[in-house]
Amino acid sequence: MEFGNLMAIIFIYILVDNLVLHQFLGICPFLGVSRKMETALGMSMAVVFVMTMATVVAWLIFHFVLEPFDLMFLQIVAFILVIASLVQLVETVMRKVSPALYQGLGIFLPLITTNCAIMGAALLAIQEEFIFIEAVVFAFAAAIGFAVALVLLAGIRERVEESDISERLQGPVVTLLTAGILSLAFNGFQGMLSL
Amino acid sequence: MSTLVNDISRGILKENPVFRLLLGMCPVLGVTVAVDNGLGMGVAATIVLLCANVVISMVRSFIPKSVRIPCFIVVIATFVTMVDMVLEAFVPPVHDELGIFVPLIVVNCMILGRAEAFASKQPVLRSLLDGIGVGIGFTIALVLLSAVREILGDGTISYFVGELNVMGSGFDPMGVMTLPPGAFIALGVLLVLVNAFFRKFKIE
Repeated sequence: MEFGNLMAIIFIYILVDNLVLHQFLGICPFLGVSRKMETALGMSMAVVFVMTMATVVAWLIFHFVLEPFDLMFLQIVAFILVIASLVQLVETVMRKVSPALYQGLGIFLPLITTNCAIMGAALLAIQEEFIFIEAVVFAFAAAIGFAVALVLLAGIRERVEESDISERLQGPVVTLLTAGILSLAFNGFQGMLSL
Repeated sequence: MSTLVNDISRGILKENPVFRLLLGMCPVLGVTVAVDNGLGMGVAATIVLLCANVVISMVRSFIPKSVRIPCFIVVIATFVTMVDMVLEAFVPPVHDELGIFVPLIVVNCMILGRAEAFASKQPVLRSLLDGIGVGIGFTIALVLLSAVREILGDGTISYFVGELNVMGSGFDPMGVMTLPPGAFIALGVLLVLVNAFFRKFKIE
């Protein structure tokens, strides 16, 4: 394991293989909570927090429970349960320890259980055969990548909202087209780096 | 009788998960580079939705309200695992193409949404029909989008064992359609057309 490798993982999963714009994970929150910058920032922080923790826990469970006992076929059930209970735990702890943080992130936490980016990151970390430290860095970078995409789209949508667009294009259509152009821009990073 | 017909048609037209509700978008955008991938994903999701709907509807009176979501998720995850294994065993090429999106059916909000909004409140037969309807609606949307993307992006229509060249040899493919940006743009344009269709035939 080299330090350079970790740096490569960070850049790849923020820019090149962006979870949302290149791998299509977490599209529902991407389209759903990007109307206001404020909610987009809240959701992003909640995702960074939960995705890093969920991937770490899922990685540990896979390598120390599922693999030694040859229970790999339980991967899907185990991961989704880990994520669902982790989200519940984080919500409870946050409410007790930091009510201020809970006010900000709390409403996004239940939504995160069905955010496929979280489950996707946990599965990808196993599929890419990352070692522990790589999995941690990967999850954090992937979550930052998600946040970058979400905040960018929210910024654009706030302006689109005020502009005069054809009635036929209003609502989800213009959001999808905006996302398409955003994805086109990120496509420029293709092939810059690989592991 | 008319409620039963309505249960099927609602998922296909009025409440089409992709075109009307924008639910379960990850596989819609992620796998639709080729028609056979879109069809495979649609069928896989339909089977999971159907089985989950039936089982959840059967046990709906035993599940305490406060833990219903984890219960639904476990039921769905079980069927996803089964579909994943069946695909891997019988059609390995499709399984490889769909990749991570097969296990991700478990977090597809369309399926959890139907469980929560419909199957947990309605009898088994109606839930079954609802699953069929929504599944067909989802599959139609996937096949439509993947046909647009594949025809414009590659000039072909693939059908598991081969591919049909529909655009002739002089066709210059729009490469962007098979790339990720093409998915967003194609779906956006398709939504405009579908909305126009719905408005014309007054389906609300």
